[in-house]
Amino acid sequence: MTMKLDRSWKERVEEIEKGGAAKYHEANEAKGKMFVRERLALLFDDAAWKEDGRFANAETEGLPADGVITAVGKVDGRTVCVLANDSTVKAGSWGSRTVEKMIRIQETAMKLKAPMFYLVDSAGARITDQIEMFPNRRGAGRLFHNQVKMSGMVPQICVLFGPSAAGGAYIPSFCDVVIMVKGNASMYLGSPRMAEMVIGEKVSLEEMGGASMHCSVSGCGDVLAEDETSAIASARTYFTYMPERYSSRPPEAPSVPAVETDLEGMIPANQNAPFNMHDFIDGIIDEGSFYEIKALFAKELITGFARIDGRAVGIVANQPKQKGGVLFHDSADKAARFITLCDAFQIPLLFLVDVPGFMIGTRVEQAGIIRHGAKMVAAMSEAVVPKISVIVRKAYGAGLYAMAGPAFEPDACIALPSAQIAVMGPEAAVNAVYANKIASLPEEERPAFTAEKRKEYQENIDIYRLASELIVDDVVPPDQLRDVLTERYHLYENKEVVFSERKHPVYPV
Amino acid sequence: MEEIKASMAGNVWKITVNTGDEVKPGDEVVILESMKMEIPIAAESAGTVESIVVEEGSFINEGDVLVKIQS
Repeated sequence: MTMKLDRSWKERVEEIEKGGAAKYHEANEAKGKMFVRERLALLFDDAAWKEDGRFANAETEGLPADGVITAVGKVDGRTVCVLANDSTVKAGSWGSRTVEKMIRIQETAMKLKAPMFYLVDSAGARITDQIEMFPNRRGAGRLFHNQVKMSGMVPQICVLFGPSAAGGAYIPSFCDVVIMVKGNASMYLGSPRMAEMVIGEKVSLEEMGGASMHCSVSGCGDVLAEDETSAIASARTYFTYMPERYSSRPPEAPSVPAVETDLEGMIPANQNAPFNMHDFIDGIIDEGSFYEIKALFAKELITGFARIDGRAVGIVANQPKQKGGVLFHDSADKAARFITLCDAFQIPLLFLVDVPGFMIGTRVEQAGIIRHGAKMVAAMSEAVVPKISVIVRKAYGAGLYAMAGPAFEPDACIALPSAQIAVMGPEAAVNAVYANKIASLPEEERPAFTAEKRKEYQENIDIYRLASELIVDDVVPPDQLRDVLTERYHLYENKEVVFSERKHPVYPV
Repeated sequence: MEEIKASMAGNVWKITVNTGDEVKPGDEVVILESMKMEIPIAAESAGTVESIVVEEGSFINEGDVLVKIQS
C-alpha cells in the first residue's frame, strides 16, 4: 500500500514538474525560451527553494500546477518570493487556482517583508474560468491591489519573457523595474488582432507592444535584455543594489577604484558644446558598477545605480550629448520615477548637473511638460535619503531646481570650478536685457557691446562669487570629487528626516 | 533608405555632409542649435547621402526629416 502511494506521489510530481505537453516545450525552445523551472534554477542561489501549491489543479488533465510556480528561496543570499508563469500550460493563462497561488505568494512576501520577483510569461485571463478568477474579492484585481500595497515596502522586480497581455500587462507596470527579453517579451492591452477588429488598425506585435518599443518609446520597460539568461542575470544584479525591505539598507560591496579619467579635461569650456556624461560618471564610480535604468528611453537624462567606495547610490545626470541635456516631459517622468525608487529603498541620490533648462515650444507644452516637470520637482523635493547635487557645468532656469538645487535641501550642493548657475546663459540673458539697446546701436558697434555685456554677466555669476554668497556649499576640483562624495555620503549615513506632516501629497501626476 | 530626423525643435546650425558623401553609423550629419545648445545629429545606418532636405538657418520641429541616406 505504502509502495503504491509512494509511486503515485512520485509519478504525480514528475508529471507536474514536466509542465505542459511536449509540443509547447518545443515551440518555446524554437523561440529561445527556457522552461520555467530552468529559469527558476538560474534565478535562485541554489536548489533549496520551496514551492507551494505544486499540486494545484493536478486532477485536471493538462494543467500542472495550474500554470504558475510560486516559491520562496534565496537570491543573493537573501530570502525572496517568486511567481513564475509556465507558458507550456495553456500559454501561462490565469485560472482560478493560478490567481489564488499568485495572491498567496504576495501575502507571504508581505508577511516576511521579502522582495517579490515576477517572472512573467502569460497570455492573461483564462476566459473559461472567468467567474472564478476575474471579478471576485480574491480575483485577479487583488493581485494589483497587493502590488500597490507592496510598492515601496519590498522591492518588486519583473522579468518579462513573453507576453503580458490585457489586464496582465499591469503586473509589470506596478513593479519597480521591468526587464524585457528582446524579441519575445511584449506588453499590450489589446493584441494586434483585437486592434484590427475593434479600431481597424493593422500593426505588428513588435511595433505595438514589443520589448524594443517599450524600452525606447513608451518607457514601460527599463532594461532590454538580449536573451533569457542575461535577463535573469540582470535581475540578480539589480537586486544587489536593493535592500530586502524599506527599513533595511542596500548591501555593500568591496570598494573598487574608478576608471582613471581626466575629468577636468573632458568638460568643454564652451558651455554650449556637448560631451559624454557617461564618461564623467565612470570617472567617479567604482569601475563596472553602473546599472542603468531606461538606458534607451529619454536619453537626455541618465538614471542608474552605481557604487561609490562599495556603497550604492542612485545617479540622476543630464546628458549634454543627447538633445543638449535639455529636460523634456519624458526625461522628467523618467527622473521622477527613479528618484522615488531610490528614496523608497534608502539609496542615496547623486545629481550631476549640466542642464540648459526645460524644453520650450508648442510640442512640449502640448505634451504637458509643466505637469511632467512638476512630477520630477516633487519627487526630488520630497526625497529624504542623503541627497547631493554636483553642478558639473551649467545649471540654468528651472533645470537647477529639478536637479536638486540649493532650495530643495540637498545635504550638499557642490560646484566644480566649471559650474555656471543662472536663470539663463550669457547669450540669452544679454539678448533679453539689452535687445532694444542692441537694436539702436550702429551694426559695427553691436559685437563689442554684446561681448562686453556677456563678460559682465559672466563675472556676475562667477562660481566663487556664488560660493561667497553661500549659494553653493563648496567648490571642489573634479579630481577630488570621488573622495569628497565618498566622505560626505558616509557622514550623512544616519540622516533621518520626516519631510512633511500629512497623509500623503496630492501627486502632480 | 534612412530618413534622419530632428530629435528636437530648433534651428539648423550646420550641415556637415554633402550629397553623395558616404556615412557610417554614428557619423554626424547635421548640427542643430536649440536652447542655446549644439545638438549633433548622427546617421544610424551606413550609406550615401541622397538628399539634404533642410537649409542652414531654417526652423525645424521635432521629427522633421533633415537628411535622406540611401543604404
